[in-house]
Amino acid sequence: MRHVIAILIENEAGALSRVAGLFSARGYNIESLTVAPTEDPSLSRMTLVTRGSEDVVEQITKQLNKLIDVVKLIDLEDIVHIERELMLVKIKTTDKIREELRSVVEIFRGKIIDVTPTSYVIEMTGTSDKLDAFIATLDKNSIIEVVRSGATGISRGEKGLHL
Amino acid sequence: MCHLGEKVKYFECKLTIIVHINVIFQLLEGGNVELNGAQIVIQSLKDEGVEYIFGYPGGAVLHLYDALFQQEDVKHILVRHEQGATHAADGYARSTGKPGVVLVTSGPGATNAVTGIATAYMDSIPLVVLSGQVPSPVIGSDAFQEVDMVGITRPCVKHNFLVKDVTKIAEIIKKAFHIATTGRPGPVVIDIPKDITDPSVKVPYHYPKKIEMRSYHPATSGNKGQIKKAVELLLTAQRPVIYSGGGVVLGEGSQELIELAHLLGYPVTQTLMGLGAFPATDKQFIGMLGMHGTYEANMTMHESDLILAIGARFDDRVTGKLDMFCPYAKIIHVDIDPASISKTVKVDVPIVGEVKLVIRQILEGLKDAKYKIDKKSSEMWWQQINQWRSIECLEFDRQSIAIKPQFVIEQLYEVTKGDAFVTSDVGQHQMWAAQYYPFDKPRRWINSGGLGTMGFGLPAAIGVKLAHQNSDVACVTGDASIQMCIQELSTALQYNTPIKIINLNNSYMGMVRQWQEFSYQSRYSHSYMETIPDFVKLAEAYGHVGIRIEKPEDVRPALERAFAMKDKTVFLDILTDRTENVYPMIESGKSHHDMKLRVAIGTTTDRELS
Repeated sequence: MRHVIAILIENEAGALSRVAGLFSARGYNIESLTVAPTEDPSLSRMTLVTRGSEDVVEQITKQLNKLIDVVKLIDLEDIVHIERELMLVKIKTTDKIREELRSVVEIFRGKIIDVTPTSYVIEMTGTSDKLDAFIATLDKNSIIEVVRSGATGISRGEKGLHL
Repeated sequence: MCHLGEKVKYFECKLTIIVHINVIFQLLEGGNVELNGAQIVIQSLKDEGVEYIFGYPGGAVLHLYDALFQQEDVKHILVRHEQGATHAADGYARSTGKPGVVLVTSGPGATNAVTGIATAYMDSIPLVVLSGQVPSPVIGSDAFQEVDMVGITRPCVKHNFLVKDVTKIAEIIKKAFHIATTGRPGPVVIDIPKDITDPSVKVPYHYPKKIEMRSYHPATSGNKGQIKKAVELLLTAQRPVIYSGGGVVLGEGSQELIELAHLLGYPVTQTLMGLGAFPATDKQFIGMLGMHGTYEANMTMHESDLILAIGARFDDRVTGKLDMFCPYAKIIHVDIDPASISKTVKVDVPIVGEVKLVIRQILEGLKDAKYKIDKKSSEMWWQQINQWRSIECLEFDRQSIAIKPQFVIEQLYEVTKGDAFVTSDVGQHQMWAAQYYPFDKPRRWINSGGLGTMGFGLPAAIGVKLAHQNSDVACVTGDASIQMCIQELSTALQYNTPIKIINLNNSYMGMVRQWQEFSYQSRYSHSYMETIPDFVKLAEAYGHVGIRIEKPEDVRPALERAFAMKDKTVFLDILTDRTENVYPMIESGKSHHDMKLRVAIGTTTDRELS
């Protein structure tokens, strides 16, 4: 089962490697990992997507909590939450497909943010599923590159993960 | 030398310091003084109450060694290999409960310390390891003796720090001691680049009395609801057993455990790491459990309907095959580390907290409970256990012409009246020491249980002896293990730590040989030691006493002689039965009720040895 774990961690050198090292040492898998400082520059917020049985995910959250640098964490799977991922796609274009592509981008509520005579760069945010769906509409041979941020997430409502 | 704590003396000796020692203390507002980085490290250790620091100098720590030289409060023990430093500090920590402190240089000094750090990590032993690092500006440039110590030790420390700012040293050291000694203890590494200890850079020194860390709040007492559930289960169980581990030793919960066990009257089994927390001579003690545990302990576990696990972590050497582990039992698990609970074995009542406090809570709960212990079922349970006991699974051939290693340990127990600190290395001798030396007090049995580090015993014994100078300290070892840190005989002489080395010499890596006999049709692949040194001469070369013992009747007198030499380290090289195996044994992949027992005494086995 897929779990999205949100972590508040001390913004210190090596903090990320502690998390990554824990996963490799204990044989857990990381599907994606995003991290950046929060409004409080001494803290980083990490969103980690992993897969595993309930027992494994329970161990993962316990082991993460045990890291001294981890201040707080929450498994977003346990609560109502919102997930978003950012994707940038560079696509080779021909005159034939440019218009059709624009309408597909519009349907997916994406933006075209760079245009050359032969290419588009498309920006899109959404759940990981939506981004997958968009990629599926494209001709594989037209894709030059795909950049995805990995999922980030936040809980709905007033409550939040803070100090 | 001027002590910072004593202000009056401080003023008296202020002038002397300025003139003679070239260490300028500057009184600042609030009574702070200015020190350089190296002095701050040493002064912080003093303020933390550190008695001994185990170490080995080198380029990156020369400033620190210079600061050490100019004071006498923190005594430095010069080892002969950094692995020895970590094990000695570890032995000191295990026998006292205080953190062990280590100082090593960068690069090879640091990597040599890693085995000892991992050893402490696996057994949750509080260590603070200071490692030198190349100067900050050259970090990452593959400088001479550079190694990424923070990276290398990350998976085997509770936490580690790289000091980047001289003004942060004192705070980091305080944090390191706090982290190492609280919650589930463990080793903490502080990597200190050489420029941080530069004698020419001075900053105000203040050692924090207390430290708060927003990201670290170890648990204390247990959840009340869970305690209530545990009490109910404890009082309604028909076939209960208490399974206690190293956490009871580390958490100073021995008295509470004894009180609880006596109140309930239930059988107690202990892990290798837990031995001594509950007295082995108590009639409720049914022996160690696990791979080389007693028949009665393993059978009791297997047939039990309730296990109260306290400070134990269901290690694979304890559980055997997981799906066959204790099939009829409900499990209450008390542990300070939530990650240890339900890690390998699902438990019914998890209680996170300090064992000492949680046992007290359980004791209170028992007093208020409406149920009473069912005496009848308890009696029946004990009858069953005593039946298992009657097999006498630890009996061995006492008529043997060859020296039986078990006999040596029994004699060691008698000669030391059961009151010695016993360290061990890893292998058969370790199991025999655990089986045949009944420990009645915690912190007396010092061994590497989790990592299983050969070479641990001798340096650990030195650390123990430094902490307990009036007590007998024995190192039970084997001919293979002892050679892994043999160089520390030199340290033992330099610091006059008279320990007794009991070398059960069978010219084999005995445990490897035993597994090869059982599982590889006696193909003794590289487990035979072709050339074993003359240990008597070796001990003498290091300035100690060496005695070789070849006959059973000489064992007792030799032990008595050795322990009578109060101020000498004595190396007893005891040539033991080469074919002896550790029994009982649960072979790996088998379960508690599937034990290999000794063949009947008197019958011989045709075992071919290389």
